[in-house]
Amino acid sequence: MYQQFKTRAEGVSAEVYRFKTKAAARAHVIEFLHAEGLADEPDSFALWADCPFLDGMDLGALKGIAGLKFEVTCELASTARFGISQMEWALADTGSLAQNSTAIEQRLVSSLSTIHIALVPTSGILPDMPALLSRVHPKECAYLAMITGPSRTADIERVLTIGVHGPERLIIVFVDDLGGTD
Amino acid sequence: MGTEFKDSITKAVNNANLTGALGKFSEAYKVNRAKAYEGIDFEELRGRIADLKSYAASHLEELSEQFTQNAEACGATVFRTNDPAKVREYILKVAQDNNVKTVVKSKSMATEEIHLNPYLEKAGIEVGETDLGEWIIQLAGQTPSHMVMPAIHMTKEEVSDLFSKEVNERLTSDIPRLVKVAREQLRPSFLAADMGISGGNIAVAETGSIVLMTNEGNARLVTSLPKIHIALVGIEKLIEKYADVATILKALPRSATAQLLTSYVSIITGPTPNPDGSMKDLHIILMDNHRSEMAADPKFKQALQCIRCASCLNVCPIFRLVGGHVFGKVYTGGIGTILTAWFDELKKSEDIQGLCIQCGACKDVCPGKIDIPDLIMEIRRRLVQDQGLPLLQKAIYSVVNNRKLFHGMLRAASIAGKPFTTGKFVRHLPLFLADLTDGRSLPAIAAEPFRDRFKKIKQPKLKEKAAFYAGCLIDFAYPEMGESLIKILNKGGIEVIFPEDQTCCGAPPRYNGAYEVAASNAVDNIKALLREDVTYVVSACPTCTVALDHEFISTFESLGQTEWLPQAKILAGKTIDLSTLVTKLVNEGRLTLKEGRKLGAITYHDSCHLKRTLKVSEQPRELLKKAGYELTEMFECDTCCGMGGSYSMKLPEISAPILQRKLRNIKETGAPVVAMDCPGCVMQIRGGMDQDVADIQVRHTVEVLAEQLE
Repeated sequence: MYQQFKTRAEGVSAEVYRFKTKAAARAHVIEFLHAEGLADEPDSFALWADCPFLDGMDLGALKGIAGLKFEVTCELASTARFGISQMEWALADTGSLAQNSTAIEQRLVSSLSTIHIALVPTSGILPDMPALLSRVHPKECAYLAMITGPSRTADIERVLTIGVHGPERLIIVFVDDLGGTD
Repeated sequence: MGTEFKDSITKAVNNANLTGALGKFSEAYKVNRAKAYEGIDFEELRGRIADLKSYAASHLEELSEQFTQNAEACGATVFRTNDPAKVREYILKVAQDNNVKTVVKSKSMATEEIHLNPYLEKAGIEVGETDLGEWIIQLAGQTPSHMVMPAIHMTKEEVSDLFSKEVNERLTSDIPRLVKVAREQLRPSFLAADMGISGGNIAVAETGSIVLMTNEGNARLVTSLPKIHIALVGIEKLIEKYADVATILKALPRSATAQLLTSYVSIITGPTPNPDGSMKDLHIILMDNHRSEMAADPKFKQALQCIRCASCLNVCPIFRLVGGHVFGKVYTGGIGTILTAWFDELKKSEDIQGLCIQCGACKDVCPGKIDIPDLIMEIRRRLVQDQGLPLLQKAIYSVVNNRKLFHGMLRAASIAGKPFTTGKFVRHLPLFLADLTDGRSLPAIAAEPFRDRFKKIKQPKLKEKAAFYAGCLIDFAYPEMGESLIKILNKGGIEVIFPEDQTCCGAPPRYNGAYEVAASNAVDNIKALLREDVTYVVSACPTCTVALDHEFISTFESLGQTEWLPQAKILAGKTIDLSTLVTKLVNEGRLTLKEGRKLGAITYHDSCHLKRTLKVSEQPRELLKKAGYELTEMFECDTCCGMGGSYSMKLPEISAPILQRKLRNIKETGAPVVAMDCPGCVMQIRGGMDQDVADIQVRHTVEVLAEQLE
């Protein structure tokens, strides 16, 4: 299912990576941020929403990295170049990610930033939307969000253009040892 | 049709930007849609959608009640009303009670339906559209020209002019840059807005959830940033079960934009936290506005199965020429015609219903399985019932309804038309074929109609018999097609009889809403065709075949006439089109085509009624290949040729460019011959090729096959 997901997600311009361990994934994320100019300019900071990925991690070390912020506010999110969050599920047949986005922080970092980095447990890959809906009931989830590729439009002359109101890049990082969400 | 309406059509078809953008889109759409549905059983999927939406349409009251209870239990406020005015008042009251100064909106056709923006603006509230296309047309002071792509009619240069004014800076027409400008301009509006207004793609009764889909991400911001969120939802968006969301979402993006899924889908159930930690003030308005009246109408109830994908616009050969503005201000295209007739009033659809050429392309792709052409016919019928027929049409049909007079006049026309004849074509024909347009020559009325020629044809006495239903065109313009048919059937062991009393199949009056006339034609034909005991009633005109096979029955049913229904059903059981019958004879070994010949390239044009109503498309192709032709498919082989019976007379400004496109597609195959199964298509395409002075033979399949019998 991972391969199917990757093909579908890349088909809609998402970038997909996979790591065995949280440590390797973390190293990749930090490396990516630096390559993309983290902390080079005032707005070039990353906003990391609280998530299980951070559990048990040396937060002190992470907070020591210039340009990494963990206090999610609307003001910060609206100017952040990078938004980092954990998405709980991935849908193989459409290349989509899904999350219980009831907490506003999760929505802010993934909808206002220019580049959204999504951390996903590999075990969260589901075949399709019916599988997702059978697991997530609205009773426990007031805001179920699905994200498929970056923000896009074709409203001017039908030319596909990336990055309207949402992120212009979606970086998906699968982590094998991140555990499951159900 | 009014002059103003005619003018709007002329303006649209001459707008190169519009027809160019729509044309290109419609061509790409067909390919991409097919790709998006790869591996999916579309018929099975749309069967499920039709079922679940039809169930919802039959239970609107219960589902509205259930939705209200569940959404309110989660903390949302639900307001139900039938009246658009009450919707506007409610939204304004919520705004005023909360001191709302600015509103951001994500795309909602329901708010367009009730003209919400001007109402709120008049009350001093600033309303900002955030969908890029909607924002563009808001800046331009226009209305959407397409339900999914509101600004498809505008060029990047026009957009750049609009944006330049907005940002006080001269912008180029670089599209990515323009999109970035929109992002930068609208971001502060999202952050500052006091209220967000959205529509709803789906409303789930059993959970009280609403589903929103966008590609740009604006609905996520509209529903997350402002402290108040109002969702305006038409009650036709209700479904019963949460699990069925997946069923609709499987079809909606694929049919709308050929995507597997839109970039963003949000399923919202009750209030969620705001950025400042407070809880959202969530209002959901369930609006009826004639929808439950529609549900109570046995014919129109199925229109509520619409999931608003706009694929009926995307495949419509007319829409791609005229765009949405010709249809009016809100809902456009095929489904838009139907919704306008109901949400607005029947009379409002008087002009736009006439745009439908009845080619059936939309019915084939509708994920809600709505028979859109049939519902448009029903609108026509009700309009005629309400207002009567225009005088000229009345005169024509009184002639058509009197077989002897009608045929007599056609005979007279063959003489009167003579002085104008050049070769096989005349420039002007009398009677109701008069005033036909440039771009197409018309056939001369045959000096000797088929009914006279028939008497001279010597046939072997054969045990099996078929009655030939010629139809007006073969009888009076192309009698040689009838002769070819007899030659083929005789070879296959069938003797052909020609019931003299047969008359017009009733399609022209029916397609103009004159069902009473069509019904009387049907009775005359049933009497004539069932008089002798035959195995088949065969026709070489798909429109006539459809009349005999389907429409006699449905005309009687629409009028509530039962007397002739049993006979109509017997007739339908015997009715068969030429290609299907010949295929049968070949397969049974009763008829052999000459083998081993190399006749060169041929291309085939699918006639609308044959392909989409009778579902016949492979049979003629196989026969032509068997006869020794090499089939070279043309682009858009099953797109209408623009004939549509009297359509080409009423709307020549639309019919002509459709024909030109067809001629181009035929010529591009390089084949010297194009075959088709419909004499109406032959008339249109042969006439077009004649004016075009193109050296391409335009032939009915029956003529081609008759030459290749063993």
